[in-house]
Amino acid sequence: MKKTYKIDVDCANCANKMEEAARKTSGVKDATVNFMTLKMIVEFEDGADPKAVMETVRRNCKKVEDDCEIFL
Amino acid sequence: MNRKQKKVLIRILSTVILLIVFNFLPAEGVLSFCLYLVPYGIISYDILLKAGKGIRNGQVFDENFLMAVATVGAICLGDYREGVAVMLFYQIGELFQSYAVGRSRKSISELMDIRPDYANVEEDGELKRVDPDEVPIGTVIVVQPGEKIPIDGIIEEGEALLNTSALTGESLPREAHPQDEVISGCINMSGVLKIRTTKEFGESTVSKILDLVENSSSRKSRSENFISRFARYYTPAVCYGALALAVLPPLVRMTALGLAPQWGSWIYRALTFLVISCPCALVISIPLSFFAGIGGAGNAGVLVKGSNYLETLAQTKYVVFDKTGTLTRGVFEVVGVHHNAMEEERLLEYAALAESYSSHPISRSLKKAYGKQIDQERVTGVKEISGNGVTALVDQIPVAVGNAKLMRQLGIVFVPCSQVGTIVHVAVNGAYAGHILIADVVKEHSAQAISELRKAGISKTVMLTGDADRVALKVAEELSVDEVYSELLPADKVAKVEELLSRCRGREKLAFVGDGINDAPVLSRADIGIAMGALGSDAAIEAADVVLMDDDPQKIVKAIRIARKCLRIVYENIYFAIGVKILCLLLGALGIANMWLAIFADVGVMVIAALNAIRALFVKNL
Repeated sequence: MKKTYKIDVDCANCANKMEEAARKTSGVKDATVNFMTLKMIVEFEDGADPKAVMETVRRNCKKVEDDCEIFL
Repeated sequence: MNRKQKKVLIRILSTVILLIVFNFLPAEGVLSFCLYLVPYGIISYDILLKAGKGIRNGQVFDENFLMAVATVGAICLGDYREGVAVMLFYQIGELFQSYAVGRSRKSISELMDIRPDYANVEEDGELKRVDPDEVPIGTVIVVQPGEKIPIDGIIEEGEALLNTSALTGESLPREAHPQDEVISGCINMSGVLKIRTTKEFGESTVSKILDLVENSSSRKSRSENFISRFARYYTPAVCYGALALAVLPPLVRMTALGLAPQWGSWIYRALTFLVISCPCALVISIPLSFFAGIGGAGNAGVLVKGSNYLETLAQTKYVVFDKTGTLTRGVFEVVGVHHNAMEEERLLEYAALAESYSSHPISRSLKKAYGKQIDQERVTGVKEISGNGVTALVDQIPVAVGNAKLMRQLGIVFVPCSQVGTIVHVAVNGAYAGHILIADVVKEHSAQAISELRKAGISKTVMLTGDADRVALKVAEELSVDEVYSELLPADKVAKVEELLSRCRGREKLAFVGDGINDAPVLSRADIGIAMGALGSDAAIEAADVVLMDDDPQKIVKAIRIARKCLRIVYENIYFAIGVKILCLLLGALGIANMWLAIFADVGVMVIAALNAIRALFVKNL
């Protein structure tokens, strides 16, 4: 299952870091952050609960880049 | 500017004022240190905070940390003014970057802004504006001059000229009459139109295109992935380099050479190193270039589904065409009925009825030639034999309509045709009933497109077709295509493309151009699938990697040129940014570059690379 989320982040490298962090979160099969359109496209693993997973993704992203936001 | 940016601007201005004032104060020593701490605090408190949080979260080597260490280091060395200035310029650079990115984001999305905001629905004689999402299928909507058509539909009333340029890049307006199908996204230039919608907003052309464009950069190109990988190693590497530069040379001087260690000078060099090391210029310029390239292409009527496809398109050396609908108009017309055993009219009737369930262009032209309403209830037992034809029962009489292969398969003796075109043999009740000659017309710009492709450095153009050898050869000669393969079934086309793919060497890529009807498997098998005339064909939009919004084959050349320009800019930016950074790192290590040059290496490179990236947007004259 794929879902798209709006994000807010200031620099391109930070967007890359968010992408890394999201990919490493368990329950996420693949994640892509598009800095230009400020969107995060997350592909979830089968059976994962997107809501719970995205909470973790947001926490992990905040860890690598304090000044970012994912609008869930 | 948004609120965040305004706040930074105020901080920058107040820091500048304080720096100027302090320059004239005769403060020395501790007093001076305390004074400069004020502007330093104003300009850098968020960076210091972020650096601290980064360390707590185990993310040590980010640019906040680099800037914090560099400026705190400079202040410890007694260069108060420099410490504040470096942070000041870093903030100016960041502000400029966020402003520039915001602007280009806006200008690119404006370029692709085809989303209609409302639909007019007539209610009790009054027009009401409603959200296009809430308009059910079959509603009559009113589109006034100057408005966008919000939803696909059929014109009920009114005539108008439609501007399709937002969708196709074509500047010539189209005429629209009652009963014409119109697509959303076109702008009504004259006359009031009443349109009965045939689709929901979400299924309409404009929504599909927007969806495609908005999700386009989810597929990242090799260059983008390279840069993100590079940035991941680059920053820590430079940090360790800086540490080594600060510690090793003084130690060597002290122990091995017996000289004074010069700690201050080496630490200053190390700090310069840190300022240069921020990878942002690199990281921003590459996706920005691709984004601009995709935006520019979209504006020219070429939809690219991802930056990786732009990259592949730029490397294309082989272009394989489907003939029908791509190089030729695909509008077949019945030009003659020969050797008929019954009246022409009856033969056409049988053929049209038997083919009535098919959407193949041939069957459409048969139906058109027949000209009367088709009663599909008269037709039963339709069996479509892919690439050969159709057998069916018309009024319970077995009818076979198809090419020579079908006749041979059925064991029916047929009369070949002496003229070039598509020959549709018809057998009624097991006996040969004659053949219908259908001919297709080559598109106006096809020959020019092929010759321009050659000029653009495409090494081979190939034409594949399910048509007869003779037809194919005639068209190929007319267009001077390099290679032709004819009488191919859809499956043969895939095999042929695979064979051609195996001929590609190294980075040479193969593009397949089709009209999206019947060639979805080939479109997805080629390195890059280009679908033409997407206006209306959902299958084409799904299967292809690049979608040309109109039928003009010259758009293929344009697409390739746009891709090449974009890739050239991407490489320019990669080489320029990495080159300047490495040069400045070297100069910094040798002690030639100071912090001011370092700031240029960081901010200046970013600005130049971003401006260069925006060039990818301008594709009008390609």
